[in-house]
Amino acid sequence: MMRYLVKRLLYAVPILLGVNLLTFALFFVVNTPDDMARLQLGAKRVTPEAIARWKTEHGYDEPLFYNARAAGLGKVVDTLFARKSVAMFMFDFGRSDDGRDIGREIRTRMWPSLAIAVPVFAIGLATNISFALLMIFFRGTYLDWAGLALCIVLMSISGLFYIIAGQFFIAKLWHLLPISGYSGGIHALRFILLPVLVSIVAGLGSGARWYRTIFQEEIGKDYVRTARAKGLSEVRVLFGHVLRNGLIPILTGAVAVLPLLFLGSLLTESFFGIPGLGSYTVDAIQAQDFAIVRAMVFLGSLLYIVGLMLTDVSYALADPRVRLG
Amino acid sequence: MQMLRASALACLLLALGACGKVWNDPYPAAQARANVLYSAFSERPKHLDPARAYSSNEAEIIGQIYEPPLQYRFLQRPYALEPLTAEGMPRVRYYDKAGHELPAAAPVAQIATSVYDITLKRGIYYQPHPAFALDARGHPRYLHLDAAALAGRSSLADFRHSGSRELTAADYVYEVKRLADPAVASPIYSLMAHYIVGLRTLGARLEQARKNNPHGYIDLGQYALPGAQVTGRYSYRITLKGKYPQFLYWLAMPFFAPVPRVVDEFYHQPGMAARNLSLDTQPVGTGAFMLTENDPNRRMVLARNPNFHAEFYPRHGMPGDAARGLLQDAGKRLPLLDGAVYSLEKESIPYWSKFLQGYYDVSGLSSDSFDQAIRFGAAGQAELAPAMRARGMQLVTAVAPSIWYLGFNMLDPVVGGLGARHRALRQAISIALDDEQFIDIFLNGRGVPGQGPLPPGIYGYDPSAYDPWVYERRSGRIERRSLAYARQLLARAGYPDGRNAATGQPLVLYFDTMASGPDARARLEWYRKQFAKLGIQLVVRATDYNRFQDKMRHGNDQIFEWGWNADYPDPENFFFLLYGPNGKVRDGGENAANYDNPEFDRLFEQMRYMDDGVARLALIDRMNAIVQRDAPWVFAYYPKAFTLIQPWVYNIKPNFMANDTLKYRRIDPAMRARLRDAWNRPVLWPLGALAAGLALAVLPAWRAWRRKERQAAR
Repeated sequence: MMRYLVKRLLYAVPILLGVNLLTFALFFVVNTPDDMARLQLGAKRVTPEAIARWKTEHGYDEPLFYNARAAGLGKVVDTLFARKSVAMFMFDFGRSDDGRDIGREIRTRMWPSLAIAVPVFAIGLATNISFALLMIFFRGTYLDWAGLALCIVLMSISGLFYIIAGQFFIAKLWHLLPISGYSGGIHALRFILLPVLVSIVAGLGSGARWYRTIFQEEIGKDYVRTARAKGLSEVRVLFGHVLRNGLIPILTGAVAVLPLLFLGSLLTESFFGIPGLGSYTVDAIQAQDFAIVRAMVFLGSLLYIVGLMLTDVSYALADPRVRLG
Repeated sequence: MQMLRASALACLLLALGACGKVWNDPYPAAQARANVLYSAFSERPKHLDPARAYSSNEAEIIGQIYEPPLQYRFLQRPYALEPLTAEGMPRVRYYDKAGHELPAAAPVAQIATSVYDITLKRGIYYQPHPAFALDARGHPRYLHLDAAALAGRSSLADFRHSGSRELTAADYVYEVKRLADPAVASPIYSLMAHYIVGLRTLGARLEQARKNNPHGYIDLGQYALPGAQVTGRYSYRITLKGKYPQFLYWLAMPFFAPVPRVVDEFYHQPGMAARNLSLDTQPVGTGAFMLTENDPNRRMVLARNPNFHAEFYPRHGMPGDAARGLLQDAGKRLPLLDGAVYSLEKESIPYWSKFLQGYYDVSGLSSDSFDQAIRFGAAGQAELAPAMRARGMQLVTAVAPSIWYLGFNMLDPVVGGLGARHRALRQAISIALDDEQFIDIFLNGRGVPGQGPLPPGIYGYDPSAYDPWVYERRSGRIERRSLAYARQLLARAGYPDGRNAATGQPLVLYFDTMASGPDARARLEWYRKQFAKLGIQLVVRATDYNRFQDKMRHGNDQIFEWGWNADYPDPENFFFLLYGPNGKVRDGGENAANYDNPEFDRLFEQMRYMDDGVARLALIDRMNAIVQRDAPWVFAYYPKAFTLIQPWVYNIKPNFMANDTLKYRRIDPAMRARLRDAWNRPVLWPLGALAAGLALAVLPAWRAWRRKERQAAR
C-alpha cells in the first residue's frame, strides 16, 4: 500500500503544476495586473503612475511566463509564474493584496470552517444513513413512501431557502439562537448550532435518498436472506450486514470530501457570518485578489487528491478483496 | 458514550447559559450593560494605514483613531473646518518666484508657492502601544527584535509592556513623507506630488531605495522633503507649488494624520508582517478610540483611548439642533462611549433582523427592509412605519453630497460634441429620462432629482435653482419639460421621431453599464423604455468592472452611468469631473464624459483658486449654466440617506464629511438591556410542538417495527 501511496503522491506533482498553470493563465486572461491594481486602488484618483507603483509593490511588473530580458535559465525562472509557483509548492502562499499573510489567514479560518463542516458531515452522514435504513426497514409500506416523498420535497428546495427559513423561524421569530455571528471557544457552540441544523436538514433529502438506493440493492442479496434464515433480527441484519456491505459506495462519496471540509461552505458561511475559508474564497474572487484565489485553488486541488487517495485506502480497509498496488 | 453525551449537554447548557435571559444574544452576557455601540460592516476594510485608506468603510474605523490637524465641525452646516490637534487654523502665506511674500488676494499667476504653517496643541498623547515602551535606559524596548524574541508573540497583546509619548510635529512630517513611499502605495501620491514641493523627487528616491529593500524599514527621517518640514517640536510647515486652497480640506483627512517614526520601525521588524502586525492592520493614533481587536473576518473592536486629550461636545449647533436633543451633552468631555464593536455582517437579511432584535444600534435601509420600516405620509414625506414607531425608533434622513449621473461620451460622434444639434439630442434625452419616476421605483424615494453637478452640502449649491433645459416653472411649480418639447429637440438634432432625417435609419444608442442580475434587469429595462419614449432604441451593453473600466479608458463607450462622492465640500471637487484637461481618454483623469468646453475650463481655473464669497458664487452659477446647457451628464439624482436609530442612541446628525463622529455619540445601556430582554424572550412552544410532532411520527413507526420484529417467519 505504501508503494501505491508514494506513486499517487508523485502523480500529484504534475497535476498540481497543471492546475497552477491553468489558474495563472485563466486569471491573467480575464484579469490583467492593471485590472487588479485598479480594483485595489479604488474608484477615485487612480492614475497610471499609481497603477505602475502598485504593480511594482506587488511584484506584478515581472513578465508572466517568459522573461526576454533575462539570460539563460533566467528567461523562465525570473518570471511571475516561476517565482510564485516555487513559493507555493513550499507552502509559502505570500501576502494577499491587502497585505495579510495568506498562510496565517488559512490557519486561522480553517477552524470556523471545520467547526461547521465536521458536525454537518458526521451528524449528517449518520442521520442520512439512519433515515435511509429506516426507509428500507419499512420498505413497501406507507412509511417508506412517506419518507421517499419527504426526501424528494427536501431535495427540491433551494439551499438558500433553508438558511432563510431557519434564520427566520428559529432565530428571528422564536429567539432561540443568534441569527448570525461567531465566537471562539465554547461560545462558538451557540453560533454553529443553527447553521449545522440547517445544513443537515438541507442535505437530508438527497443524502437519504441516495443511501436508500444503495441499501435497496443490498437488501435483495443472498447474504441478507441467509442472515434472516439464521434468525437475526431485522435491525441486526440492517446495521450489521446491509450497512457494512453498502459501505463501499458510501465511502466513495464521503471520504473523498473529507479533506475538502477544510474549505468550508460558501453560502452557509456568508449568511451566518462564519469567518471560514468558504467566505474567504468568495471574498477573494469578488475582490480579484489573485494571491488568495491561487492559494485556495492550489489547496483545493491538493486536498482533492488527498481525498481520492483516502478513498482508495478506505476501499482496501472496508473490502478485503480490494488490493492496492 | 454516556460521558460524551453528558459533556455535550453540559457544553450546550453552558453556551446557552452564557446568553443570560435571552438565548439569541450574539454578544457575551457580561457586555449586556456596557457603554458600547454595536454596529456592523459588510465588507472588511482592506487598509487601515492612514496613508492608504480611502474608502468609507476604512475611514469609519481609522477616523476614530487618527487625528489630522483639522476636523469638520460636528453640528455646523454648511460644513466648516475647525482645529483638531492644531492650535488654530493653519496660517497660509503666498510667495512669488523671487520668494517675496504676496498678499492673500494676489493673482494666482503670481503665486509660486503657498506655505501652510501649523502649530500643534501641547500635551496630546498617543494611545498605549508596545512601540512606545521603553526599557530602563530609556530606549525602545521592542525594537531590533530577533526571531527568538518574537517567538510566541502573535498579537500586540503578547507584548507585556506598552507606553505612550507626546504628539510632535515630526510625526506629521513623517506621514507626509510616507505618501511618497512606493511600499505604502498611497492613492493620493500622484495628486499630492503635483502640489507638495519635492514630493515627486522624494518618491523617485524612495523607488530606487525600495529596489534593494522592497518591504523592509526605510528611515524616512533621513530623506529630505522641502515641502514638509519641522519648524519646532510642535510646529511644521507644508509648502505647496502655486495655490491650492482645497488643501485645507485634505488636512482634515487621515492622509495627513501623524505617524511616529518609532511605530513605523516597530512594524517593519522581520516577522511582524507574517503575524499581520503592520500599520495597515494595527493603527496607532491619538484619537478618542483605539483598535483593540482587529479580526476583519469577524469583528473589529474599538475601545476608549485612556490618553485621549481634552475635547468637549460642541456648545452650539444649528437652529433646530437643540429641539432634536443634539445639544443635551453640550460641554461634556468626549468621548461619550467606552467603545464600539463592528461585526462582519455580509448579508442584509441577518443584519436587519439583528437590528430589529436590538443587537445593532443604528441601521441603514436596504430595499428589502424599506417597506417594513418606512411609510409615506399624505404629503409624500417619509415617516416611520407604526411598528417601528412603537419600538421608539427614530428616522434621520439627509441628502448626501454625492451625485449619480448618466454621462455622454463627448468624444462620440453621435452623442458627443458641443454643436447645437448634439446638444439638443442630449437635452432631449435628459428630459425623457424621468428621474422622479426612477427615484420612486428604484430608490423608494431615497433621492433628490439632480439639477446640476453640485449636490446639497457643497458650497455653491442653490436649493432654489433648477436646470432650465430640463425643467420649467409652471404655475409657480418646477416641473419636468414635456415629452413633446423633447421630441422637438430631437427633431432639431436631426432625429425626428427617433430616425435619422438624412438616412431614415432608426437612432440606436449604446448604454454601457456594470449592472447585472435580476435587480439590474428591471432598471435597465426602465432605461430602454425611457429612450423608447423618443423613439430611440437603446442597446444595453452590460459588462464586468474590468471591461467597463477598459471601455471608459479608451473611449469605447457612448452612454454610461457613474457617480461621485465628495472628498470635501468644495465645488472644485465636482467641477473638476468636467474639466477638459482632466479627460479620461486623453489624460487618464476623472472626467469620464471627456467634456471639454474652453469657456467652462477658463472659469474653472478661476473658481478653483478663489476664496468663498459673492464673486465665487457668481462664477459657480455661470459654470452651472454652461454645464446645464451642454448637458454632458443627465444629472440623475443626489442620493438621500435614511438612517434608523434605536431609542437608546443619541447625538446622531449625519455628517458626510467628518470621519470622527463616534466620539460624539451616546447610548443609554440600561434602556438597551431592558428593551433587548423584552424583544427577545425565547418562544419555547415550537420546541414542544416539534417534540410532539416527532413523537407522533415515531410512534406508529415504532409500533410497526415492534409488530414486524414479533412477526413469525413465513
